[in-house]
Order: sequence, then C-alpha cells, then structure tokens
Amino acid sequence: MNKNLPILKRIRENRLFWPLVALALILITDAIFAPGFFKIGILDGHLYGNLIDVFNNSAPLMLVAIGMTLVIATGGIDLSVGAVIAISAAMGAVLINPALGNKLISNEILTKDATNTPLWLIVLATLAAGTLCGVWNGMLVSRAKIQPMVATLILMVAGRGIAQLITNGQIMTIYYSPYFYFGNGFILGIPVAVYIVAVIFIFAWFLVRKTPIGLFIESVGVNAKATYYSGISEKNIKLFVYIFSGFCAAIAGLILSSYVHSADGNNNGLNYELDAILAVVIGGTLMKGGRFSLFASILGALIIWTFTITMYTFGVPANALLAGRAVLVLLVILLYSDYSRRLMNRIFSLRGS
Amino acid sequence: MTNSNDFVLNMTGISKTFPGVIALENVDFSLKRGEIHALIGENGAGKSTLIKILTGVEHPDSGTIELDGKLVQVRSPQYSQEIGISTVYQEVNLCTNISVAENIMLGYEPHRFGSIDWKKLNAFARQALRKLDVEIDVTQPLGSYSVAIQQMVAIARSLEVAFVKILILDEPTSSLDVKESNKLFDVMQKLKDVGIGIIFITHFLDQVYRVSDRITVLRNGKLVGTYSTASLGRPELISKMLGRTTTDLDAVSKAKFTRDLKVGENPVLVAKGMGRAGSLEPIDMELFANEVVGIAGLLGSGRTELANLAFGIDTPDTGTLMLNDSKVNHFSPLESLRIGVALCPEDRKDEGIVGDLTIRENIILALQARFGWFKFLSTQKQYEIAEKYIQLLGITTPSPDQLVKNLSGGNQQKVILARWLATDPQVLILDEPTRGIDVGAKAEIQKLVLDLAEEGKSCVFISSELEEVLRTSHRIIVLRDHRKVAEYPGDVSDQTIIQTMAGNL
Repeated sequence: MNKNLPILKRIRENRLFWPLVALALILITDAIFAPGFFKIGILDGHLYGNLIDVFNNSAPLMLVAIGMTLVIATGGIDLSVGAVIAISAAMGAVLINPALGNKLISNEILTKDATNTPLWLIVLATLAAGTLCGVWNGMLVSRAKIQPMVATLILMVAGRGIAQLITNGQIMTIYYSPYFYFGNGFILGIPVAVYIVAVIFIFAWFLVRKTPIGLFIESVGVNAKATYYSGISEKNIKLFVYIFSGFCAAIAGLILSSYVHSADGNNNGLNYELDAILAVVIGGTLMKGGRFSLFASILGALIIWTFTITMYTFGVPANALLAGRAVLVLLVILLYSDYSRRLMNRIFSLRGS
Repeated sequence: MTNSNDFVLNMTGISKTFPGVIALENVDFSLKRGEIHALIGENGAGKSTLIKILTGVEHPDSGTIELDGKLVQVRSPQYSQEIGISTVYQEVNLCTNISVAENIMLGYEPHRFGSIDWKKLNAFARQALRKLDVEIDVTQPLGSYSVAIQQMVAIARSLEVAFVKILILDEPTSSLDVKESNKLFDVMQKLKDVGIGIIFITHFLDQVYRVSDRITVLRNGKLVGTYSTASLGRPELISKMLGRTTTDLDAVSKAKFTRDLKVGENPVLVAKGMGRAGSLEPIDMELFANEVVGIAGLLGSGRTELANLAFGIDTPDTGTLMLNDSKVNHFSPLESLRIGVALCPEDRKDEGIVGDLTIRENIILALQARFGWFKFLSTQKQYEIAEKYIQLLGITTPSPDQLVKNLSGGNQQKVILARWLATDPQVLILDEPTRGIDVGAKAEIQKLVLDLAEEGKSCVFISSELEEVLRTSHRIIVLRDHRKVAEYPGDVSDQTIIQTMAGNL
C-alpha cells in the first residue's frame, strides 16, 4: 500500500528510520568531538576499542530487550527482569561454589577453579531458574488475570530477596574460569556475548516471523478479546511471552555474573527492567501493544550504550550520567511525537513542492 | 422565505479533506429551533465528520458555522459545549463508576461551607431526571444502570448544566429495546417542545419516519438534499441514500430459496436442554445443513447468550450439544473452531476485528489458529486466501495490507465473515451481523448468508431487526426472557412474531 508514496516518505515512515537517525546522530557527535571513539585495536588476539565495548556492554540489555519486546507487544510489561537476572546469577554462583554456598572455605581451594558441578548443569540451572520466574509471571498474568505491572512487580520486589536467600545473603565471588567465557571470552576476536545475542535474536526472529506466534502476539496486543474469539489461546500466548522474557533475562544474568565474576543479589541487573523498557520504546514499539520490531529494540539497546560509552569518553562523571540519559530519552521521545512527525512532513513537503 | 431567526444552526459550504479522502465537500446543513432533524447516510457518507466539525473535534478546511445567526469558530469540544452544543453518543461517555447525581452535576456541584452539598446535589439531579420522567436512585453508580438510563443521564446532564441549544443524538437507539427507544422518543418530543434543535443520527429508518421533521441525506461526502419527512417516501429515501434503487433488497428476497426438511434428515447440530444458570434457560434446538435459522427476540431475551453457548464462549451447565452425532465435551472458541462451528460476534469492534492488523492478517487469523503455533501459512498463501475472500465477499479496499480499523463497518463485518469462511465451518452463527452498517452492505451480507446456506452450511442468523430475520430465515426461533418460546417456519407473518415476542401468543 506504500508503493505509491515517494521514496523519501517511505524511508521516513519505516519503523527503523528514527532509531537509526538517533544512533547516527550520536556517532556523528563522536566523530566530530572524539575521533578516537572509532579506533579499534587488537590486543591479545582480540579486538578492543569503544565500539567493541558498546557491543559487549549492551549484550545483556539486548537480550532482556528482546524478551521485553514480546511482552510489551502483547500489551503487558515485565518489571521483574532485573530481579530475574539477579536470581539466575545467584543460581550460577551457588552451584559453582564448591560448598554450594553453605560454609566458608579457604581461599586456596576457591581460587583453583574448584567446582563440583559440571558446567552444563550450571548453565542449565541458571537458565531454568530464570525461565521458572517467567512461568510464575506468566501464570499470574494469564491465569490469575493480575495486571502485568502489578504481577511482575511482585517478583521485582521479591526477586532480589530470593537471590540473596540463594547465596545465603553474601555477595558471592565466582572463581571458575570456564564460566568467565560467557562474559569475557572472544571468538575470532569478537566477544562471546555478541554471539549469544546473535543466536537468541535469530531464534526469536525465527519464532515470531517464521511461525504464527508473532501474528498471535500482535493480535493479542491489539485486541485480546477478538483474538480469543478467533480461536487463539490468548492465555497461552501471554504465558509464553513472560516465559521467554524470563529465559532471556536468565541468559543476561549468566553473561553479567560471568563478566563481573560475582553474584550480588542487590546489584546484578539493577535497573535493567527500566533500560529494557527504554530500549523497546526507543525502538518505536508502542507500550499499548501490537506491532513490534525485535531489531528496532536491539537498536534501542545499542543507542543507550553508545550514548553511555560516549559520555564516558567525554569524561562525564558517572553521577551525571543519568541526567545525560534523561536528556537522550527526552530527545528521542520528542522525535517520535506526532508533533515532530507533522513538522518533518511539512518541512519535507515544502522542499518537495 | 423562512425567517432566519427560526434557525439555530446554519452550516454553509463545509469541506473537509483527510489524507487521500474527501470526507465532506461543500455541505450545507441547517437546524431549526424545536426541530428533530434526521441526518442520514451510509457508512462513510460523512455524517460523523460533519458532527465532529460541529462539536469541534475536527476543523473544517472551508465553510462557515453560524449559531443563532452569529458566526462561530468551534475550536474545541469544550468550546462547543460552552456555546450550547451537546452530544449523546451511542456509547455513553460518562463515568460509570461514580454516582448518577455526580455525573449529572460534575463540575457544577453546589457547595456549602466550602465542601460539596450532597443533599442539594442529589436533589438537583433527581429533579433533572424527573423532567425526563426517569425516577431512579441517583446515589447509585451510573454503571449499575442500563445503557438506556445512562443515555437519559447524559441528556439530563446536557440540559441541566450546559444550557443546550443543539442536542446531537448519535445512534442513540442502537442498543435500546423497543420500550426504551419509545421512552427516548418521548423525551425528544419534550425537548423539541421547549425549542431545542435535535440532530438525530440513526440507521433505523422506521425511527426516522416516526420522530423526525426533516431529513438531510449525505452520500460520499456530498449533500444529496434536505427534505421534509412528510414529503419523502421511504423507497425514495433509500434510493437517495444509496444512489440506486431498492432492487438490492429485492434481490435478497429472491435469493431466499425454499428449503423443506425431508423426513429422516439428520441434523448437523443438536442442542438438548442446553442451558446455563443466569444466562439461558434449557433450550432444544436443531440445525440442519442448507438452512438459515433466524433467532428473534428483544434485547436481553437471550439471543447472544445462546450464540455464546453454542460457540463455547460460555460452558453450558445443563444439557448437551451434539455436532454430527458426537457430543461436544469441551467448550472453547478453539474447540468450536476445530469441530467447525463459527461465530461472528455481536460486538464487532470489541470481539471481532483486530483493528491494528491488516485485512490479510485478520482473515487468516482463525485458520492459522486451527493450524496451531508451528504450522505457518506462507505469506504467499496468506495473500492468496485474503485476495480470494476480498473478491468473493466484495470487500472494498485498495489492498489486503490495509488496516482493518480503516474500513467501513460493512467491510469489517465481511472481513470477520471471511476469517471464519476460510476455516470452512459447518455451522455459522451470526450475531447481529448487520448492526450499524448501511443498507447496501446489509443487503449484501444477507444475500451472502443465503448463498452460504445454499452451498450447504447451516447458518444461525440473530438480529434485532425482525424484517431482516424474516427475509433471510427458513425457520425462526423466538426467544423471550432467556427461554425459547416458539419456533415458526420462515414464512410466518411479522405480526405473529411480534405478538410472540411480546408474550401475547
């Protein structure tokens, strides 16, 4: 139906247009004021540089944003992802610990890659913990019919407590080098986390674009009742997206705990739910549900981290960073508003005529 | 020449263009004091746009609006209320969770010592409603009353606090039963007598003839003309609305083939004592292939409840439902889809269309649901199916990628019909399939139902328009007070059915 529109307009109406513009603006700023930003070197056989940092840092957020996109597309929201990250991280840490976190053991044993649990079991348990959290959220939303914000708030509050229960209330340091691979490893010079994101992204994309699940998710988001009347189990669709969101958060927890070599119930994945929502919104998926784009949310996560690393490069102190982010959000959301869209259309049509 | 003082409203040369659509082109509309003026036209004729311009929701591209002979710019809905233009919509837009009295007096509460004087407030409200002959407990939340009462409250509010000069009633009777409608007409008469100008928008032509003084007909955004009701016959009116003659409706009557049940013929669907407490008394019903069974009954007689039970939205707590001699054990839309029972639900917007998805996606939705989560219809296949039904049902759209919410009501209904036809059901239940759609599309849908029955499907046709039920059905089941009271052959007279619905037979 858009075939008759002029090409410029078609590009502007593409859902990826504004996220790409925002990203380009940040990169142009970098190019002008901090040319070093784009320098990529090779150290110890792998790539390093600001851009690599952006990808490495944003990997967990991208994962969480993929799950969040599907949840938001059904008209829901998952506030618990940050806490789920903490729970998964705690699960991994406690299994790695040779004494399973029960008693203190000497540093000598701890620092020797000593663990009694095979790696596959650690990974499996970590993912299972997060997925289980997703099941819990999904049941509350789809079966108990609790509003998504309230339902996931429960785990958001309780989850960090659960994480601390798992680790016996301590910040648990992880000493197990195979585990560090997820957050710090490199394959062909590129961070392992980036590969993980790629795999999950392709998996999710396949799931929503090559099976009817994507259509069902959008349909539920637009009109859940009509979807149910059409013979689609709207409950199971909702259950599925929360489970998937929990699964994504669990992988993020794996990467994050591996990256920082520890599990801290209070700080692992702190504020990730908000950043993930932000990434989805920057990507242009509407909070009311319906149409969504996974790739746009990935761009959203990239924008957040490109901006953050840019701020670091400019030497903005960490405590001013949040204020800077607020400005970014404000600008992006203003760009998306009807008002600016109309303004753009007017500018472009003036030039056209 | 009429004295210009007679006119409370004069809209001249109104034009409005939306991207790609000319919604109104040089339309004139005038309203006298103490007149009921029916605004008539098919869906998409421009009625809503004209009303939106009058109430300040949209701004005209050109044209002038005079109120009481003075030029006005209706800047916003709020401003239109201030100058005495009040609208009562089909769906009442008041707050259902606060009391009737508060709704009436909202923003104009009487105060005493700085706080709201509840006694006075309730008394005012009671008095306001009494003027409309409505006696209810005004301290109850608005939501606890029927739509009819809610409309009365909305009218009371506009009379009491807005000092209304022009009252716009937009499809006010579409969810009212006969008695409630009559009551509304009484009130309209009263308002007319005190000099208020009423713009009455409706699809029910009976009602137009019953209450209106003049009729303005719009078609495709253009003014067809304004006529005095007494001088315009019904067939003329319909042909003016459609721009063609009423042969369409005749075609429906012709399409109704005769259907005689053979002895020993096996029914497709059998309900035995099927009922649900609080919704439908146990009912016996048989549906055969190749026929249309009409369900007649007043609002609240159990029509929709019957449809919901048969389609598995609700689970019956007594009796059985058999399809092709096997008992239905599991009640859900998905199960009905699997066994071949389809429902076009009553509330098209809420239960039918998925507005932000495309026509193609809406059409394949149920078929895809039957295939499950992992068997995917290729995009190419989806287009094939969508194109097929767009052609077959005559859905007017430039492309299958159009969003369904942008279609007219009749086309939306066809999309929902297409969604179910794509699954090739045996039993098709249509609950008010022609509600709120224009005469032309109505005739098309009725004809379509007959065609489907002729092809071998069994159809259930539920409608509050008796004439329509009579025109399409081979058998008619009459419901009253949530129970089946009679079953008639399709050639029964409308008087018999009306008497049965009223409980005289």
